[in-house]
Amino acid sequence: MNSTLKSILVPIVAILLGFLVGGIIMILCGYDAILGYQSLFNGIFSNSYFMGESIVKITPLILSGLAVAFAFRTGLFNIGVEGQFIVGWTAAVYVGTHFEGLSKVVHLPLAILAAAVGGALWALLPGILKAYLRVHEVVVTIMMNYIALHVTNWFIQEKMAAGGGTNTSERVFQTASLSWKQFSDWTAFSRLHWGILVALIAALIYWFILEKSKVGYELRSVGFNHHASQYAGMNVSKNIILAMLISGAFAGVAGAMEGLGTFQYAAVKGGFTGVGFTGIATAFIGANTALGVVLASFLFGGLQFGSLNMPYNSQVPTELVAVVIALIIYFIASNYSIRTLLDKIFTKGAK
Amino acid sequence: MKKLGLLLVMMLVAASLLTACGKDKEEGKKTTGEDKATPKTEYTVAMVTDLGGIDDKSFNQSAWEGLQLYGKENSLEKGGKGYDYLQSASDADYSTNLNQLAKNGFKLVYGIGFLLADAVKEVAAQNPNTNFAIVDSVVEGKNVASLTFAEHEGSFLVGVVAAMKTKTKRVGFVGGMELDLIKKFQAGFEAGVKHIDPTIKIDVTYTGDFVDAAKGTAAANALYKANCDVIYHAAGNSGNGVFTEAKNLKEADPTREIWVIGVDKDQAAEGLLKDGKTNVTLTSMMKRVDVAVKTVADAGKDGKFEGGKVYEFNLKNDGVGIAPTQDNLTPDILAKVKEVTEQIKSGALKVPDKLQ
Repeated sequence: MNSTLKSILVPIVAILLGFLVGGIIMILCGYDAILGYQSLFNGIFSNSYFMGESIVKITPLILSGLAVAFAFRTGLFNIGVEGQFIVGWTAAVYVGTHFEGLSKVVHLPLAILAAAVGGALWALLPGILKAYLRVHEVVVTIMMNYIALHVTNWFIQEKMAAGGGTNTSERVFQTASLSWKQFSDWTAFSRLHWGILVALIAALIYWFILEKSKVGYELRSVGFNHHASQYAGMNVSKNIILAMLISGAFAGVAGAMEGLGTFQYAAVKGGFTGVGFTGIATAFIGANTALGVVLASFLFGGLQFGSLNMPYNSQVPTELVAVVIALIIYFIASNYSIRTLLDKIFTKGAK
Repeated sequence: MKKLGLLLVMMLVAASLLTACGKDKEEGKKTTGEDKATPKTEYTVAMVTDLGGIDDKSFNQSAWEGLQLYGKENSLEKGGKGYDYLQSASDADYSTNLNQLAKNGFKLVYGIGFLLADAVKEVAAQNPNTNFAIVDSVVEGKNVASLTFAEHEGSFLVGVVAAMKTKTKRVGFVGGMELDLIKKFQAGFEAGVKHIDPTIKIDVTYTGDFVDAAKGTAAANALYKANCDVIYHAAGNSGNGVFTEAKNLKEADPTREIWVIGVDKDQAAEGLLKDGKTNVTLTSMMKRVDVAVKTVADAGKDGKFEGGKVYEFNLKNDGVGIAPTQDNLTPDILAKVKEVTEQIKSGALKVPDKLQ
């Protein structure tokens, strides 16, 4: 079988298998699978509100996926994207609710920059520990997530909350907001905002740094082999820290999308948002490439958002929806085994 | 590079597949949408939960029971033509879920819990023809009713119970997230304990969330070790861990006096030991979210929905109180509770709603 045909066939089979097994599970549990999927797709495409909100869901996933992927390409496993995301969110809203009177040209970039710096700083400590003391970054970043959650909760409650018993900050000033009235009008009041453009630009920057710049070459090289890179005269410790900083910056900007776009405020959180953790999945499915992460985020975000429509329109309970979505993703992620399967089938046929 | 090409194709295929199906069904949905819209004479109601879900044994569950009762009384069915709920998987889903229900033609849509306040405010402004209600928070808006509770009054009563029951002269309070709302529970409880005996020591712990039961277990463990014998929790699902710890201690040493005071619903079932007889639940502070939810639904059905109104459910209108399960309460405790209840109702006794 020629490879072009195979590269088209494998993903189709993967997706179909995912839907098939998901459907079987729904039927086994006594629900209408066709209606279930129908409401899933309707939940993404049936009207402009759903489409707008799907993109809202996709936007931070692209950035958190890029954050995980960047670290991964440089040999690091950044599980702390969730924490860096939360810090970035808080930082963006803090800047967005202060500095009244700045023009939008200054205020908005400043707020996004603050988020990037916040996220980067949160990733700095794990980077330093890894670079100089060889403390495994997985352990440190996981712990930093909890610290981020509770520290920002304290900060939002004590320093940013509007008072009078509320647990949310003021809304960010218009000059720091990513929203645009036209978007809202076109999509029947969805929260669609300019963030999707920011995310796509970030994907371009990601591609440029890693594939086209000397810095990126060094980073990737250190990721492949510490010792060889050191022998070639590269500063390994510096590169590890830089990789964490850039990864954290992507995660921080993801937080800015929520803080300046979707929500326009920061609120005390009862738990993790999951955006950072889903980023791990989109990075893997996207094979850590810029375009791959963007497409994987569209798939993930679409499925996540569309599935909100399933309990209401098809009575499939929320818990089962999560199982079905997980199955679809599982099959897409395991496309390698499907490829092997196809190979076997076709070589037999050829004999 | 090869991988990249592969991925690209894969995603494009996925996308075209999705769009193709989407279009098909869109037409199908239009007709059903009209069908749904025509027989809408009923006053349909729906609610959006916070992250807890309708089986949280507490707040959301109570609200859902209220809706179910409303549905039953008006012989409505669960679903688009009667009453329904949507559960939120993350903070980002609140406004989508509220919008979804409003767009599907429900006459009255509830946001259950203060976490939904901002989303309710936003969605209510966008859907002026739908009525909204928010529980545990105050949202301004012509089409929004706010349902609040005098948790401090109910907490005062269980504080009285705790003070009369404790032998060690030391009681505990386990809160969820450290919010003004939960501090209201704490304030009432402390005042109630001090009302009986000012020398009783009160230990206070916050678990920091409403979801993780393990944190409640850890908090209870520390308090019982410190020789508290009664713990009042206001920590949602996190508080279920308090029951776990109390039951474990009681099973290890049946002679030890260990009590938990439940919250929101009658939590007697949570405190029952394996032997099926012993129960560590002393009493529960009932917060009648079900009554509140149903009250507003009933008003709406009669065309008397009052947008902008702030309801307060308190002792006087039976919005808060102690649970009907009173097996572990002695007659003199019950008598005292009754006496205090009357005093609060008549205004002779003022309960603080903020920490002193």
